Amino acid sequence: MTKMSGAEILVESLLKEGVRDMFGYQGGAVLPIFDVLVDKPINFILVRHEQGAAHAADGYARSTGKVGVCIATSGPGATNLVTGIATAYMDSVPIVALTGQVPTHMIGNDAFQEADIIGITRPITKHSYLVKDVKELARTVKEAFHIARTGRPGPVVIDLPKNVSTGETEYNYPEKVNIRSYNPTYLGHPMQIKRAAKAISKSKRPVIYAGGGIIISGASEELLKFSETTNIPVTTTLLGLGGFPGTHPLFLGMLGMHGTKYANLAITESDLIIAIGARFDDRITGKTSEFAPHAKIIHIDIDPSAISKNIQVDIPIVGDAKRVLQELNKIVTKCDISPWHRKINKWKREYPLTYKQNEKLKPQYVVEKIYEVTKGRAIITTEVGQNQMWAAQYYKYTRPRTLLSSGGLGTMGYGFPAAIGAQVGNPEAIVFDIAGDGSFQMNIQELATAVQFNLPVNVAILNNQYLGMVRQWQELFFNKRYAYTSLEVSPDFVKVAEAYGAVGIRVEKKEDVTPALKHAIQTKKPVILDFRVEKEENVFPMVPAGAALNQMIEGMA
Amino acid sequence: MKHTISVLVENRFGVLARVSGLFSGRGFNIDSLCVGETDDPTVSRMTIVVRGDERVLEQIIKQLRKLIDVIKVSNLTKEEHVERELVLIKVSAMNKKRAEIMEIVNIFRAKIIDVDHQIVTIEMTGDEDKISALIELMKPFGIKELVRTGRIAISRGGR
Repeated sequence: MTKMSGAEILVESLLKEGVRDMFGYQGGAVLPIFDVLVDKPINFILVRHEQGAAHAADGYARSTGKVGVCIATSGPGATNLVTGIATAYMDSVPIVALTGQVPTHMIGNDAFQEADIIGITRPITKHSYLVKDVKELARTVKEAFHIARTGRPGPVVIDLPKNVSTGETEYNYPEKVNIRSYNPTYLGHPMQIKRAAKAISKSKRPVIYAGGGIIISGASEELLKFSETTNIPVTTTLLGLGGFPGTHPLFLGMLGMHGTKYANLAITESDLIIAIGARFDDRITGKTSEFAPHAKIIHIDIDPSAISKNIQVDIPIVGDAKRVLQELNKIVTKCDISPWHRKINKWKREYPLTYKQNEKLKPQYVVEKIYEVTKGRAIITTEVGQNQMWAAQYYKYTRPRTLLSSGGLGTMGYGFPAAIGAQVGNPEAIVFDIAGDGSFQMNIQELATAVQFNLPVNVAILNNQYLGMVRQWQELFFNKRYAYTSLEVSPDFVKVAEAYGAVGIRVEKKEDVTPALKHAIQTKKPVILDFRVEKEENVFPMVPAGAALNQMIEGMA
Repeated sequence: MKHTISVLVENRFGVLARVSGLFSGRGFNIDSLCVGETDDPTVSRMTIVVRGDERVLEQIIKQLRKLIDVIKVSNLTKEEHVERELVLIKVSAMNKKRAEIMEIVNIFRAKIIDVDHQIVTIEMTGDEDKISALIELMKPFGIKELVRTGRIAISRGGR
């Protein structure tokens, strides 16, 4: 058999894994890899900062369900990926990050552009590999993709010393993966499923609390069936939005810190919570000792370590959300809970999600119009902060994989490169990054990427000239002392767009919102929409950090 | 409370860092950690002794199980098991003291493995209490150097 270089083996292995799109940046230690890559049928997207590559791979993965792949050189290239890897880790996103490394004989010598990226990323990866021998490379790639996409997905780093990329060996791509210590549990325990069904049939005030696991396991249809069969209302986490139709009468909206009041009241008064693919994050539970005080808790999750981590669970079911719901759906029946529905509907009427309309341009209004103009069919990414919460509250997600947001890590600068990744993975889709003026500037350089690769992403900047969410906390909890949250000096975003060869539109009046959005989605270029919104608008309702879920601050009162 | 955790892992570079990182990342100090190859050279066994809050420990054990290189984790504290440590103590043993030291060594069923005009080196295995008792008794003679392995442990019976 003829021998191949490590770089050739790597790229062939990627092709075997079905990789057709990739994001990354050149550099000394990865030169041999790019030299091979340029001739292969992989659509390579050259970003302008490695962090953009990691987020783009993440957005690609979240929007398509495939593994996202990014590559960076050794040292600073690799360390620039770190925030993106951590973001993917917190939200269980399957990405494979390839990093160059100095040659094996120089590792540990403080060589030029050397960083121990395996050490640096150890707590933020599902697994990682330093490939020390080219003979190990094909198997490593096979394992990395397997680990990234199975079980609770997550990022995997493969560190590739330059002499491994240039070294030669015979190429055999393994057919199967055999990792004795890695066998995720997919099927729920039948006894536990029966116990859960029994508890469901007895409950009077049940609520389904669904998380990102629904979307990851492709369980939205099963969830819909489960909810409709049992007649149990559904609330979701931020990452669960789209996992259940946002327009459905049984939908309660998002719960937690900026959830709807009726979702939070329902949780608080519930006698049975069915948590599916969610992990009782502190932004969801509020004060844990007062979380759902009357409820029994069923928890379906593929990750055993998520169970009873923050909240004690009564009926744990370790398994894949889709498989477990399929089994549950065979045995559950309609719950007789009309008084509960009456109560919830009353809350829905009394405490609707709303904001004060006036002649000013409100950020919530912009989000509502994005929903209208795109007919709810866009892929939405968000940055982090107020823009993220308004995007969650005022856009109704009806299909999975249409909201991409950094929920766990809360990474500002995520949304724009993630939108680029989503557009690459879904060339026909309308993609909107709902951004803040602060967050957008954290990866603004990716405008060049979007322009170069003809990616017609739309960025809707809800420009309030503040780090809005932090300013909101200062207003509410720090006596309105706006320490270092004002961004009064920002570039002219319209001119920035034009300078990069994109299109820029400034919108200052309500009546101009819809025409501007329509124009944007018809434009086949990246568009930056600079919405000059009311500066001191707040996100409500709000549960202050550490308070119980029913202790909400409301804006309208 | 002290916990003895036994972990079977792939015998590879980097595994120890992954395991210990789970403890250090949560501010847990590891009291002792012993690693050695098992009868299968591809597998090592780590015996880890930690002190800490039960709930946090439960979480660490679950996280340990999630590590790709970890094959099996058991919390031996929760089952019948045998624990041993090994200690080597270099004690000053001039003239008349020597007989006295020898006597204690015999009582403890320890061994003298090295000797010269100034010192004797004692080897002993036992559980933590026994080792500590020997150390206490040797202190008055003047301990020149001491090394103990930390705990290794194995479950009782045919499990």
